[in-house]
Amino acid sequence: MSLHTLTVAELAAGLKAHRYSSLDLTLHFLGRIERLAPALNAFVTVTADRALADARAADAILARGEGGPLTGVPIAHKDIFCTDGILTTCSSKMLSNFVAPYDATVVERWKAAGTVLLGKTNMDEFAMGSSNETSFYGPVKNPWDDTRVPGGSSGGSAAAVAARLAPAASGTDTGGSIRQPAALTNLTGIKPTYGRVSRYGMIAFASSLDQAGVLARSAEDAALLLAAMAGFDPRDSTSVDSRVPDYAAELAQPLKGVRVGIIREFFGEGLDPAVGALVQGAIEALRAAGATLKEVSLPALPLSVPTYYVVAPAECSSNLSRFDGARFGHRCDSPRDLLDLYKRSRGEGFGAEVKRRIMTGTYVLSAGYYDAYYLKAQQVRQLIAADFARAFGDVDVVVGPTSPTAAFGLGAKTSDPITMYLNDIYTIGANLAGLPAISIPCGFVQEGGRDLPVGLQLVGPHFSESRLLAVSHQYQQLTDWHRRVPDGYA
Amino acid sequence: MSLTRAQVEGIAHLARLEITEEQMPVYVDSLSRIIDFVEQLAAADTGTVEPMAHPLADQVQRLRPDEVTEADRHEKYQQNAPAVAAGLYLVPKVIE
Repeated sequence: MSLHTLTVAELAAGLKAHRYSSLDLTLHFLGRIERLAPALNAFVTVTADRALADARAADAILARGEGGPLTGVPIAHKDIFCTDGILTTCSSKMLSNFVAPYDATVVERWKAAGTVLLGKTNMDEFAMGSSNETSFYGPVKNPWDDTRVPGGSSGGSAAAVAARLAPAASGTDTGGSIRQPAALTNLTGIKPTYGRVSRYGMIAFASSLDQAGVLARSAEDAALLLAAMAGFDPRDSTSVDSRVPDYAAELAQPLKGVRVGIIREFFGEGLDPAVGALVQGAIEALRAAGATLKEVSLPALPLSVPTYYVVAPAECSSNLSRFDGARFGHRCDSPRDLLDLYKRSRGEGFGAEVKRRIMTGTYVLSAGYYDAYYLKAQQVRQLIAADFARAFGDVDVVVGPTSPTAAFGLGAKTSDPITMYLNDIYTIGANLAGLPAISIPCGFVQEGGRDLPVGLQLVGPHFSESRLLAVSHQYQQLTDWHRRVPDGYA
Repeated sequence: MSLTRAQVEGIAHLARLEITEEQMPVYVDSLSRIIDFVEQLAAADTGTVEPMAHPLADQVQRLRPDEVTEADRHEKYQQNAPAVAAGLYLVPKVIE
C-alpha cells in the first residue's frame, strides 16, 4: 500500500473511514524515514516513540467517531520550533544539547488538531541560509537530484515532504525560507501575513520578518494545515487578533475575474530564461482560466535584498545575544572569566554564517552608523511596502518567479555570501512588507539530465491567504506539476 | 567601503564573538563585501519617509493586566543550564 502518495486531505478521509489506522500510517512513514531520510539528511531528530504514542491517541479519538480534519495525520516540524521534552537545536552547535521545556504555539496547535509528530527537520543554522548548507548537522540533499541543494532555510522540511517521508511539515520564512525550498523541491509553500501565526516558541531570527507557515504537496493540504496553525495568541505581542477564515472552504473561489499583476522587475537580469518561460506559461494558464492580467511596476523592489541584509542582521544580532553560555546552550571549556565565557561559547557555538550576520548587525547598529544603515533601510522598507500597496489598488495578487534559478549544486554558492543572498531576490519583498505569499509548482527545467522543479510565486495584500490558496488550488486543478514525485520516492 | 582588520576585531568584541586568527581575514573580506553591497541604499531617495516601525501600519502594542500568568518552572528551565547550584546559574567569578 502506498500510503505516502496520498495527500493530507485523502489521508484524513481514509482515517475517518477506518481504511487504515493512524498507527498504520505512522509506521509506514517511520519506515520510509528509516530507509530514505539518512541519505537526504532531512531530519535532525526522529521522534519514533512520540509518533507511536500520538498515533495511538489519535486512533482512540477516531474509534469514537470523533476528531477533525487532521486527526491521526503524521507531520514533521522544522527544528526551529520548541517541542516540550524533545531536542530543539535550530541546527546549531549552540543548541545541540537543548531540550525545549515547552511547546511552541504552532506545535501545540497541530498537536491539539490530532497530528502525529514524526520528527524535527534539518535547516540552515538559526534559519540563516538559502541552501541548507549552514546546518551544524550538514547539508540536506534535494530528492530531485542529490548533488543539489533543496533550498533553505526550511530545507529539511522541504526534502522530507518532497520525498514523501512526511505528508506535510512546518517551516518558517524570514526572507523566503518556506517559498524558495518549496520551489526547488516541487512543493506548495505558504508564508502567511506577518502576525497571522504565533511566533511563540519559534526561535527568533529577525522578529519583524519571521513568520511560520507550511510546506505541503498541494494548496488544499496547505489550507488545512494553515487553518490549524493560525490565529491569535496572547503570548506573541505581534500576533493579530482577527478571525481565521475557513481556508479549505474558500478554495472553491473561481479564477474567473481574479486580477493578476505581473511584477515587471521580476523578469529582468538574473532570471534564468528557462525558469522565466515556465513562469510566463503559468501566468498564461491563469489568464486562459479567466483571470485578467496587468503588468505592474514595483520600482523600489530591487532594493529589497540590501534592505533585508541590514534589517535582518540587525535584528539577529539582538536576538542572538541571549546565547551567552550561562543559562542554556553551548558553554566553552574552563572559561577564564565572564568575557572569555561569552566570547568562546559564542565563537564555538555559532557557525560561520551566523557569526557573519551577527557581526553585520552589530556594525549597522553601532554608534555613528545607525542612521546611515538601519534607519535608511527602514525607510526603504516603507517604500517597498508602499509599492505593493499601490499595486494592490489595481490587482488582487501579484505574481512572478519564486527563485531566479532551479536548484543549484551543493557548494556552488558557499564561497561568496552575496551570491547566496541574491537567491532570495524575489521572496524578500513580501517579508519586508509583511505580506502573505505562496510558491506553487509550475513546471520543470532540464539540467544535467535531471528534471528540476520551478515555482510560481503569488503575493497578496495583508490577510489574503484565502485568495492565494484559492488561486493556487484552481491552478492545481488545471495542472499536475504538483503531483510529480522525484524518482525513487514514488 | 572596505573594513579594516581592526574594525572587524572591534565588531567581534562588541558582539562577544571569538574569531580565530585564521578566520579573521575571511570575515574582513566577506563583511566588507556585505557592507559594500548594502551601501547602494544610500542612493535611494527616501526624503522624509517615516522609517517602518511595524509591517502592519495600524497595529498597536497590546497591553494586558499586570497579573502573574506564568508558573514558577525554574527547575525545569535550569535542566538546560551548563552549571547550576541552589537554583542559581553558575558563571566564572565576576568580582575579585
